[in-house]
Amino acid sequence: MSQQVIVHDPRGYPPRVTGKQLAQRLPNLSGKRLYLVDCLFDNSAAFMAQLRAWLRQHLPDLVTEIIRPRESWVDDPEMRATIAANGDAAILGVGL
Amino acid sequence: MDLEQGGVPTVSVHTHTFARLVGSVARANGMPTVRQCFVPQPVVGKSPAELRGYIEGDDPITRRPFMQGVLDGLTAPLSDADRTGLSFERSTPRLLPPDSEDTLHRLFLDNNYTDCLPIVLPTEARVAAMLRGTRHAPDEIVGRLRPTSYREFWEFTVEKVAVNAVMAGARPEYLPVILALAASGMTARSSSTTSFATLALVNGPIRREIGMNAGIGVFGPYNHANATIGRAYGLLSQNLQGGSVPGDTYMGSLGNSYNYTAAFAENEEESPWEPYHVQRGFKPEDSTVSVFFGGWYTLAGFGPRDHWEQNFRRALAACEPFIAPMLVLDPLVARGFVARGIETKQQLIDWCARNGRLPAGEYRDNQWVQTLLKPKAVAGIAPYAANFAAADDADVPLFQPEDISIVVAGGATQPAWRMIAGAARGVNTHSIDAWR
Repeated sequence: MSQQVIVHDPRGYPPRVTGKQLAQRLPNLSGKRLYLVDCLFDNSAAFMAQLRAWLRQHLPDLVTEIIRPRESWVDDPEMRATIAANGDAAILGVGL
Repeated sequence: MDLEQGGVPTVSVHTHTFARLVGSVARANGMPTVRQCFVPQPVVGKSPAELRGYIEGDDPITRRPFMQGVLDGLTAPLSDADRTGLSFERSTPRLLPPDSEDTLHRLFLDNNYTDCLPIVLPTEARVAAMLRGTRHAPDEIVGRLRPTSYREFWEFTVEKVAVNAVMAGARPEYLPVILALAASGMTARSSSTTSFATLALVNGPIRREIGMNAGIGVFGPYNHANATIGRAYGLLSQNLQGGSVPGDTYMGSLGNSYNYTAAFAENEEESPWEPYHVQRGFKPEDSTVSVFFGGWYTLAGFGPRDHWEQNFRRALAACEPFIAPMLVLDPLVARGFVARGIETKQQLIDWCARNGRLPAGEYRDNQWVQTLLKPKAVAGIAPYAANFAAADDADVPLFQPEDISIVVAGGATQPAWRMIAGAARGVNTHSIDAWR
């Protein structure tokens, strides 16, 4: 039997994960205001424009609005506050 | 996820390549069932009709119609798991269970603790010896790292840094440099799709004390300190930040050979200019390490000769406009510039900022200019706003002077230079002396 050795674990210390609950879902989308969040990645504006066109065609009484954060990769609390105050739901994309 | 917490039901849309990554991010944020839908990769470069095809097609991960997933995500009732989220502790032990060396080598490789080259096993004795390279206590918290801005920070101690330094084959006298790199807060294992690396430049007396190479073959495999300090920076980054695993915590498309090791020293003795750390406000007798996030592109040339300006203009135009270059000049190049009347690094930096230009149409067509710089232009921030307002054929500046760095290194065997992607904005120079 080969000699046993003890070595250190090379990994750092991860933070504790605390569960977070999802928001209540909507019973339906009729008459609701849906924000389409263009995350500013290249061509995501074009994707959101197509998504909006699809929604207008298939759910004509759903109000859609495209909104953009201040910068890509950066949280925008002001944009989130606008969505929370004025919107019923949001679709974010297209990004990581 | 902040929107969900604010009471807004959401669906996030991603390209399918990122399914594993976004799943692990959601889990680490305590919200593993957050609604995520996928379209095929890529979105970049696709026409409106092709994007409409994505929307009307199937989600490549669930194999269900994409829009069905989106609409269900906003309206389907919550499950118990949705209401509680997921809470859990993740602990990493100080020591691993005893085993044979062969098995432990296999375990480190299989668990992605290495760079796939052989490592030195971090036994208690080796780590204790490494810790003699600093006066800091083993349990002192050094800092936090993460592979990208949307992931959680992991924390680590002096001992954990020493463990990774042992694995890289470093010597105890290198530990203050490695600790300064770990404390910088800048990872050398970014998860970016752009395959970034982080280069580490050492200045001051410690270069000579530990025998670093600033001369012949400065970027090559010819010096133990350069090689193992750079390697230790990479290993500690991946292990102390929570991993660098392709598809999960690493998404670089091409990868980057600078990720193996990229530490070097400035050739202060042969340079006609002030050292980099003095430019950043340190004294010549201070020992520092400076980190440059980049490594994405490297251009090279010789000179300066009579047409150096045309040569440099072409090279600067070939640099990616979203990340400025670090110029690494052999001492012969630096002296050549002095002979042509460029007395300081700053003069050359200013020349590069004035002359690094592209036609605006070409500049705006860059994928990352669109993603990273266009929002600044929309917000009216200079010079991006002017760059986006300019006519297609008007030349626009690529880089600000404060983004460009110049380092003198190399062995004066040839007047060679490189331009390496290397962002230096903000505080990028850190004291090594603080970690002795």
